[in-house]
Amino acid sequence: MSSNTARRQSPLAAFMSRAEDDEAVGPAGVVISERPYLGHLNLRGDPADGEFMGAVERTLGFALPAAPNTVFCGEEVLALWLGPDEWLIITPQDGQGAVEDALNAALEGAVASVTDVTGGQTVINISGRNARDALDKGCTLDLHPRAFGERQCAQTLVAGVGVTLRWVDDTPSFDLVVRRSFAEHLALWLRDAALEYGAAVG
Amino acid sequence: MLLIECPWCGPRDESEFAYGGEAHIVRPPDPANVSDEEWADYLFYRKNPLGDHQEQWQHASGCRRWFNAQRDTLTYQIERGYGIGEAAPGGEG
Repeated sequence: MSSNTARRQSPLAAFMSRAEDDEAVGPAGVVISERPYLGHLNLRGDPADGEFMGAVERTLGFALPAAPNTVFCGEEVLALWLGPDEWLIITPQDGQGAVEDALNAALEGAVASVTDVTGGQTVINISGRNARDALDKGCTLDLHPRAFGERQCAQTLVAGVGVTLRWVDDTPSFDLVVRRSFAEHLALWLRDAALEYGAAVG
Repeated sequence: MLLIECPWCGPRDESEFAYGGEAHIVRPPDPANVSDEEWADYLFYRKNPLGDHQEQWQHASGCRRWFNAQRDTLTYQIERGYGIGEAAPGGEG
């Protein structure tokens, strides 16, 4: 191993590698996987401040979602509403540095903050026809498509773990943004909750 | 299970919230010049009503914002939350 090569390991590397030993029994109703190494930026600013909103829109190419618990999916970058003055920007792998620099340059002098929180969290995806049933065991939100659908996200508790839940598609498929130290616990809990439907990892 | 309505996120389960005590308590603007009785009243004395009670809540596991809510201490019915700087429904506070 050369000393210049950074070694990194995603929070769920152990969980995912152990799962390879699982024997698939019939078609899986739930598939659990990790979306590792995505870039995460926490962005704060006043949505009533036109200068701030304009600068962010010019940089990202789209306006930040102003409605509570909604998401804007850009071509590569996502913006999730976290609070009335707070958003989570999710970028492709290793893309957070460029977006952070661009935002900082555009927001020079503005009352705003951009914080790289990439190392602190990861994303677990849960999909399959029973994904909602498995999530329902540990989540008090109404996840029925009528109540939680396209372009929606929510910060809530799943099995006691604080997550940012995002609707992905109608499979159904959901992304859970979770702090890295809780990631393995949550992944194991989800797998356990999904066992009765046939669980696959990967 | 209580459903508490966050002004931002709408109705959510009580497990997502943290209680912050009675609302609308104002710190005396000039603490050096209040009597011990007034200071003690500010620090320690709280209402304990049977019925409507204005209190502070935080959507701790959600949007993390503080807000006020009116709760009936007899029925636990929680009215819709309102902003931290806003007057209580019914004009109290």
